[in-house]
Amino acid sequence: MTIAFGNPDRPNSYIGKTVPRPNAERLVQGRGRYVDDIVLPRMVHVAFARSPVAHARITGIDLEAAKAVKGVLRLFTGADLAEICTPWVGVLAHLKGLKSPPQHALAVDRAAWVGEPVVAVVATTRAAAEEAASLVMVDYDDLPVVTDTMTALDPETPLIHPDLGDNLAFRRLHEEGDVEAAKAGAHKVVSARFRTARHTGVTLEPRSILVDWNPAEEQMTAYHATQAPHMMQTVFAEHLAIPEGRVRVICDDVGGSYGIKVHVYPDEVATAAIAKVMGRPVKFIADRLESFTTDIHARDHEIEAKIAVDEDGKILAIDVDDWTGIGPYSVYPRTSAIEGNQVVNLCGGPYDFANYRAQTTVVFQNKTPTCQYRAVGHPIAVAITEGLVDLAAAAIGMDPVEIRRRNMYADDAYPVTSPAKMRFEGLSHHASMDKLMELMDYDALRADQVAARKQGKHRGIGIASFIELTNPSPFMYGIGGARISAQDGCTVRMDPDGSVVAMSGVTEQGQGTEAMLSQIVAEGVGVSPSRVRIITGDTQVTPYGGGTWASRGAGIGGEAALQAGRALRDSILEVAAAMLQADQSGLDIRDGQIVDADTGIERMPLEELGRIVYFRGDTLPKGLPRELVQTRHYITSEYPFAFTNGVQASYLEVDTDTGVVTLLKHWCVEDCGRIINPQLVDEQIRGGIVQGLGGALFEEIHYDQDGQLLNGSMADYLVPMAGEMPDMVVGHVETPTAESELGAKGAGEAGTAGAPAAVMNAINDALRPMGAQVTEMPFTPERILRALSKIQD
Amino acid sequence: MYNFDITRPTTVDEAVAALSADEAQPLSGGQTLIPTLKQRLAMPSVLVSLTAIDEMKGITEGPGTLKVGGGTTHGDVAQATKGSFAGLHTLASKIGDPAVRARGTIGGSVANNDPAACYPSACMACAATIHTNTRDIAADDFFQGMFTTALDEGEIVTAVTLKVPEKSSYQKFEQPASRFPLVGVFVAKHADGVRVGVTGASNNGVFRWAEAEEALSSNFSPDAIEGLSVSAEDLMGDLHGSPEYRAHLIKVMTKRGVADAS
Ligand SMILES: Cc1cc2nc3c(=O)[nH]c(=O)nc-3n(C[C@H](O)[C@H](O)[C@H](O)COP(=O)(O)OP(=O)(O)OC[C@H]3O[C@@H](n4cnc5c(N)ncnc54)[C@H](O)[C@@H]3O)c2cc1C
Repeated sequence: MTIAFGNPDRPNSYIGKTVPRPNAERLVQGRGRYVDDIVLPRMVHVAFARSPVAHARITGIDLEAAKAVKGVLRLFTGADLAEICTPWVGVLAHLKGLKSPPQHALAVDRAAWVGEPVVAVVATTRAAAEEAASLVMVDYDDLPVVTDTMTALDPETPLIHPDLGDNLAFRRLHEEGDVEAAKAGAHKVVSARFRTARHTGVTLEPRSILVDWNPAEEQMTAYHATQAPHMMQTVFAEHLAIPEGRVRVICDDVGGSYGIKVHVYPDEVATAAIAKVMGRPVKFIADRLESFTTDIHARDHEIEAKIAVDEDGKILAIDVDDWTGIGPYSVYPRTSAIEGNQVVNLCGGPYDFANYRAQTTVVFQNKTPTCQYRAVGHPIAVAITEGLVDLAAAAIGMDPVEIRRRNMYADDAYPVTSPAKMRFEGLSHHASMDKLMELMDYDALRADQVAARKQGKHRGIGIASFIELTNPSPFMYGIGGARISAQDGCTVRMDPDGSVVAMSGVTEQGQGTEAMLSQIVAEGVGVSPSRVRIITGDTQVTPYGGGTWASRGAGIGGEAALQAGRALRDSILEVAAAMLQADQSGLDIRDGQIVDADTGIERMPLEELGRIVYFRGDTLPKGLPRELVQTRHYITSEYPFAFTNGVQASYLEVDTDTGVVTLLKHWCVEDCGRIINPQLVDEQIRGGIVQGLGGALFEEIHYDQDGQLLNGSMADYLVPMAGEMPDMVVGHVETPTAESELGAKGAGEAGTAGAPAAVMNAINDALRPMGAQVTEMPFTPERILRALSKIQD
Repeated sequence: MYNFDITRPTTVDEAVAALSADEAQPLSGGQTLIPTLKQRLAMPSVLVSLTAIDEMKGITEGPGTLKVGGGTTHGDVAQATKGSFAGLHTLASKIGDPAVRARGTIGGSVANNDPAACYPSACMACAATIHTNTRDIAADDFFQGMFTTALDEGEIVTAVTLKVPEKSSYQKFEQPASRFPLVGVFVAKHADGVRVGVTGASNNGVFRWAEAEEALSSNFSPDAIEGLSVSAEDLMGDLHGSPEYRAHLIKVMTKRGVADAS
């Protein structure tokens, strides 16, 4: 039986509806259980003495003063931990040529960025550990510091890792068609230099871990704020020499991740190593400064790009030269080359054109390592593509919507393979654009813009089409050799009272995974979502899975839950048919009752079935299968990724005296396939947009030439705040993927992908009459005034 | 934080006596001092809280003046000036958030003389007198550069008397995160001329923009300063704005202040 998704009145029609989040009330009541809420007997705290310099040889460590602090139990240097914890190397086989040196849990001999952990201090209280950490004396012998991306490969630039031969971590060139010939024959070739600033994720809950080692069982239990519990199980097992089956990672509530919590951090592995050595629970909670200097950074790119168009605005070629600096190590195990690689994969994404060249150059620097952060590479690729398209439109005097319509893949063109060799199963660029035009009333907005200009107000409209990569297959990491599961599983069982428990390998980070899973399982089995309890984030309990990243939770974890729920429904109905002496195909489960499928007449509540199965199994026919528990796994197989698409628009006003940009309104129409919970999707889009707006207008990590991070606090690192956020209108087009019964693709990154480009284009639309243009993010008031030549040095 | 003693005198005299102790420091709203202690940037051994001294609280109107007790909170100043003293009302009601305004005091603000504090600009523009337990000091003499004032060790700001202008406006260009002024301009039109106090901008702390005052005193309109410009020399530069940007903003904010006050 398939689900008639098109019929909203079908029985148990929970998929597609906004159902309450089962965990919302608990979290609002303060009953969440975050790592820092957990207190174990004999628990101790670890704090880290971190490198205050960007690059130096460690020539001596004096721990005497630190040891004297009351409450201090033990101190560990890099050499101490290296004896029990092997180093790791952040490379993947399919990213050809990617290189990175071994990285240790604590710096051994050499520190390579400000914030790198050097000495771990364990004490009975956090305060004592911090106090002692501040008294650790390390002799640093300065080494030359490399901070600039564009000169990292120059012959006169010192090498960060002399053993590697150069400062190049990774380079990939992709060429399709003949870009040079296309440019030579083009009506117009427009070029621009783009810059996206270094960001970090700023999770409300900082990175947190509490690790216990039970010597009697030789088992490690890590309570960890992570997106990928099973991946971390492997990592701890491998580097601390523990059988994988003796590592249990438990991930309760998580206060936001955005990709920050899907990587291996030296201080977290050090915490686990110390727990094993000391045989007692050790807790590490990053403080805000540690978050700024050690959470992964992202988006630090400089790009030269060109677009060639003909007289009709048809795109003939796109040519991209992308550079990014990733810090001194490629981050383990997902690597720091993926972001640049994504830029190559995603540029030009919405458009049907023939000639494409893109190169990414990934270099080492003495700054905090960068890695995957929400919408990996997307905001960069979309800014490049959409910035170029708008510049081309302006150059030939065409409306920005019109030029997009002339180039986007037709809605009936699928399946199709893009010049970047991405395969699209089914997208809806034109339908999405139509819907956007309707939602924003584009023509009226243009009229308002003209009227405002007459009053001396400079308003702009910016459009940004985009694609989003979701539901990744093993092509993302697995084929490169990483033990990161692209498959996910769900176990669903019915208990005697007719209630249902579902255990899933995808995890909850605050985004509503539990709600999404509960409504899918509810519909799959035929009970109300309130009868379903969800368990996630425990490697010893849930089916093996990848966790939460790359917008895979609903599309992959959700499909596994649906299949498991449907299988349980079948098991229940088989028992019901025997009990009722009925034909199984004539029975259904609706709202917790066995009913006649045709008439809906109630035959038996699930409680009764549960009572018989669990307590009076003697009354059932011998040999009747009675497993009221089913597990299903799901992995995508036909496409490496399920691409989604959408289009965003920004309307804003630029104050040309102060340079301040006021966001007036923002729209997003997106197509994530089947929508399971409209409210959750809207929340993802809105939250994603806010992070994208942060990148466009506010967020930038600053370093000086010595590699000192200059704005490691919330008073200086500007995040978008509610007061600056515009009203947002979110619309949907639904093109389900045919790969799964559920048909859901991901929605977690679409907002972040398109928002910066929409804002950039809107600012430039406002500035164009004054002959000014900005392409360097964030678009701070000062940068805008400089573009307007209102201030000079 | 670390251990310290705290006393809570109820009169200025008692407070002055308490402040004679070794390494003693006054504590008012604590909105600046407490974070400083947490970061261990200051480590006094005795804190003398001024919050229980009634004689330092409250606002009294005099002929053409407003006398604000040193212990009066920003919230109380905002309340008392609503509709009667536009510039000061805007200034007080935009400091921090409600919690900051419920604790922070004018005395603490002027004594601290943060280069980005709002009150010093009002004091300069409104020819204020700073009253202490020993003397009266004109604002022009009181503020002596970043975090530096004419106060002696153990001297307490007991009140501030401002000349109430005919028209006034406070224009604050906020640093987006802290919401302190990146540039704050207080424009005050008095019967005997215009005064312009600028905060947030200079390496030497709050200052008066003399050329603008002169131009505006003869023609109180934004156009009057169109031809003027502020030199970026000696202005502050940081991640949120270069000296050149601040110089530009001073003029923009001054013009806006004049337009708003007119
Ligand atoms: C989130 C936040 C936002 C803020 N935003 C702004 C803003 O936009 N604009 C702005 O101007 N300020 C701002 N402030 C600072 C605020 O105005 C403070 O209240 C003020 O600067 C200090 O006043 P206080 O009473 O809290 O002083 P305290 O913190 O108690 O003391 C500050 C200093 O002054 C000394 N002192 C205190 N009272 C006296 C006195 N009567 N005589 C002599 N010395 C004294 C203390 O010893 C200490 O050195 C902000 C503060 C916060 C926390």
